[in-house]
Amino acid sequence: MIAEHAIILVVVLPLLVAPLCVLLGRGTLAWGAATLAVWSSFGLALHLLGRVLEEGVLRYQLGGWAPPVGIEYRLDLAGALVMTIVTAIGAVVLPYSFASVRREIDEHRHAWFYACLLLCFAGLLGITVTGDAFNLFVSLEISSLATYVLVSIGRDRRALTAAFRYLLLGTVGATFYLIGVGFLYQMTGTLNMEDMARILTEARPDGLGPVHSTKTVRAALAFLTVGTFLKIALFPLHVWLPNVYAYAPSVVSAFLSATATKVAILVLLRVFYTVDGKATPFDALPIADTMVPLAIVGALVASFVAIYQRDVKRLLAYSSIAQVGYMAIGIGLATQAGLAASLLHMINHAIMKGTLFLAVGCIVYRVGQTRLEGLRGVGREMPLTSTALVLGGLSLIGVPLTAGFVSKWALLQAVLADSHWIVAALILLSSLLSILYVGQVIHVLLLRKRPPGAAPIQEAPLWMVLPTLVLAIGNLWFGIASDQAAEVSRQAAEFLIREVAP
Amino acid sequence: MGWLLEWMSVEVALLAALVSPLAGAALVVALGPNPNARDGSSLVAGVVTFLCVLRIAMALQAGEPVAMELWEPTPGLLFALEVEPLGLLFALVASLLWPITTLYAIGYMRAHHEEHQTRFFAFFAITISAVLALAFSANLASLFVCYEAITLATFPLVTHSNDRTAWRAGRVYLGILMGTSVGLLLFGVLGVHALAGTTRFTPGGVLAGPLADGNVSKATLGVLLGLFVFGAAKAAVMPFHRWLPNAMVAPTPVSALLHAVAVVKAGVFTILKVVVYIFGLDLVRELHAHTLLLYVAGFTVVAASVIAMHKDNLKERLAYSTIGQLSYIVLGALLVAPESVQGAGLHIAAHAAGKITLFFGAGALLVTAHKKYVSELDGIGRQMPITMACFAIGSLSIIGLPPTGGMWSKLLLIEGAYHAGHGPVVVALLISSLLSVVYLLSIPVRAFLRPAPTAQTGEHPHHGPAPWTCRIAMVLTAGLSVWLFLFPDFLYDLVVRMTEPTP
Repeated sequence: MIAEHAIILVVVLPLLVAPLCVLLGRGTLAWGAATLAVWSSFGLALHLLGRVLEEGVLRYQLGGWAPPVGIEYRLDLAGALVMTIVTAIGAVVLPYSFASVRREIDEHRHAWFYACLLLCFAGLLGITVTGDAFNLFVSLEISSLATYVLVSIGRDRRALTAAFRYLLLGTVGATFYLIGVGFLYQMTGTLNMEDMARILTEARPDGLGPVHSTKTVRAALAFLTVGTFLKIALFPLHVWLPNVYAYAPSVVSAFLSATATKVAILVLLRVFYTVDGKATPFDALPIADTMVPLAIVGALVASFVAIYQRDVKRLLAYSSIAQVGYMAIGIGLATQAGLAASLLHMINHAIMKGTLFLAVGCIVYRVGQTRLEGLRGVGREMPLTSTALVLGGLSLIGVPLTAGFVSKWALLQAVLADSHWIVAALILLSSLLSILYVGQVIHVLLLRKRPPGAAPIQEAPLWMVLPTLVLAIGNLWFGIASDQAAEVSRQAAEFLIREVAP
Repeated sequence: MGWLLEWMSVEVALLAALVSPLAGAALVVALGPNPNARDGSSLVAGVVTFLCVLRIAMALQAGEPVAMELWEPTPGLLFALEVEPLGLLFALVASLLWPITTLYAIGYMRAHHEEHQTRFFAFFAITISAVLALAFSANLASLFVCYEAITLATFPLVTHSNDRTAWRAGRVYLGILMGTSVGLLLFGVLGVHALAGTTRFTPGGVLAGPLADGNVSKATLGVLLGLFVFGAAKAAVMPFHRWLPNAMVAPTPVSALLHAVAVVKAGVFTILKVVVYIFGLDLVRELHAHTLLLYVAGFTVVAASVIAMHKDNLKERLAYSTIGQLSYIVLGALLVAPESVQGAGLHIAAHAAGKITLFFGAGALLVTAHKKYVSELDGIGRQMPITMACFAIGSLSIIGLPPTGGMWSKLLLIEGAYHAGHGPVVVALLISSLLSVVYLLSIPVRAFLRPAPTAQTGEHPHHGPAPWTCRIAMVLTAGLSVWLFLFPDFLYDLVVRMTEPTP
């Protein structure tokens, strides 16, 4: 029975445990419940990934109502891949959160924190499984609203303005998405993605070409695209991101940076491939011509700005914007190799950014701040944390033998396969900039001496260091020995592209 | 040596050659508290590694193919090994000199009371493993991975002394080597993959096809060649040479093996491999860019020699001499005459034996007499006769005079330049040889013939000879130079097979 309903259990489980956390009231109990829920979701996600790899697309009708009337859950390989990333990161972050949350968040808010984390988690997972355009919007809003709370729940009051700004821009993005869906609904009369895709290619009532050639559908596509760009923080719609990642509690930064933008990219793929796929959005609108340049400028500008950041978390946030740029380049190429490289980089970026934010969280736990001046020599006294930080940093640069190199290699290969020599050169330039900003962090943490008279620091608690190291070793594992990630992303890309092919 | 053949299959030898330095590193760390056992395990690992490489050499002589595929994390990024003559030559040199350098380092590090010797020997071993993996790489992608691994593994060795100068040097080191490799070399590797669809080292090259199909212009290929020549900054072609003098802050055994043999040769090896197995000699000859790059390398040869003359610090002088000598090899590759390419390959071995002797001498002077500067060496040969005699032999090899192996490689290089019709290059090589007579041979001359400073000017305190392990190591490497003069046939056969691949 579980196997039959696994696809919905993944989402419903955290959704139900969220209010339970509030009822349990105590921080420790809430943490226990949340951990159990997330780990079960992780197990289910692995099970589903295996099944999707074997059987192809999985379908589930909510309440037994057949689509297009009812809501359909529909899990393809790209969705299963993102679901696995989200749940895996969740499974790593939750054991870590116990100590970190006690240090960074007031006691009476702990239960609420875990409830919101689970809501956000459920929302993100909802996006990965849904086959319904409006249901996707609902899940997006669940996760976004929970995110606004998560960001501002800590003690840092600057997080309040950051969360408010994110709320404003996030709402604009979601509204754009909703307008787009509204237009499509008007033109097709359905909200089911596959149904939409089918009707879009049918002839218009007036007989002038297919439905997708109408101005309304094109406008819808434009709204959907821009709205999603806001969510993935593609330059120049990235302004909300740095402060959110910088001032949110460490756990939240780590979780969001590794999952939220990835899910938003999945939304983009749903728009481009699943819904509008047969309408060949890359031909109808100048998407590739706008997306690739924006992504490159974003990667360069964000890397450049990152060099001048004095706060480690802000620095990592800008680096995330640059990395989103890489993924967007791969999508903008509109080739199978580019898409596969993007998906692969999505996995690897989740691992490396997760590692880095968790490691920074360990430092925050002991030092209480993230400004570079205050961190001189700290890494020498926290050897395990700094090992993780160095591994994550090398992976971020794309040094060989790390996960970051594998995906950067795949991306550059895809870019050069289309003979975009200048794009490749600019990506490498941005990598060079990343050497500077990563090098700066490592330099301050490991090479500078502690100021005289500073109190000695201990390594962070075991339950924080261990998850960090697990992710750090993931950087090596996916960089050297494993071709599974590349294989899955290649298949996922193949499936998405095949959907487009008439 | 027959027992070696029976004892170990060639696949095992290939893996063991890469794994045994790593196992050595692990043992070094495990035995850290007991210095004698630790240094002993380093030596044993070195000997085992050399035997493995020897086993591979026997297989290649017998005509067995030696190849292996390891992993492929993403399509096009295949970690694979394949031994060919040039790689074997490089691996032989590196793995033979590693145990000798370890012997030297044991005496040096103890006499110098260096800290963190465990870390030192461990990273040394890891570097050797990466160097051998680079030598045996079957394609450019694996080679690039190993190239970067070498940079990272040597970084802790460069910054070993952990003071301000060391860290500043470390930053220059990492900045130049990583900047050029990520910005230029990686671009070149990916460019080759995009054009040819493979990065596998193939006799005759892989890029002639795309050019004939009209997929790419000669100008683009010229730029690509430039990306490799400058991107492999470990070859220290100007203007990307500054990391090498900076790296001299490392302990002398590092300068000796890594910054005269293994690391820098990894750079010129990359360029040679690319010219011979990716572009192919015939293709390079057609590119106009190769002439331009030839003159850059020629300029480096002369300019580095001139700078070396002005350096009073012995290790810096040797570093600039290395920069010049590396560009000999780059020149040899870019001249694309068969003789010059053979000479370049041979020079990898000849320069290695000569320069390592010189660095051993410099290190011995530093730990025994505490002398860093050339101007302080008057008359020191009377107290350290073995050191200075070996130094003289090493100098002769670098200059290219008999009875040393340097003569053969330089002869081939000059012959190649003459046949290729590049008169100015011949002149540059000769000028640089003359300059090296001045800046190198003057040192043993000064040490043996000039009177020691008298009491008024400050006499040498009596310090005796260098540590015995250091002396053994120096005699061995100086002997190797002479051996290369007497019996160059084996290596010569290897480099001939490189340019004339047997069908």
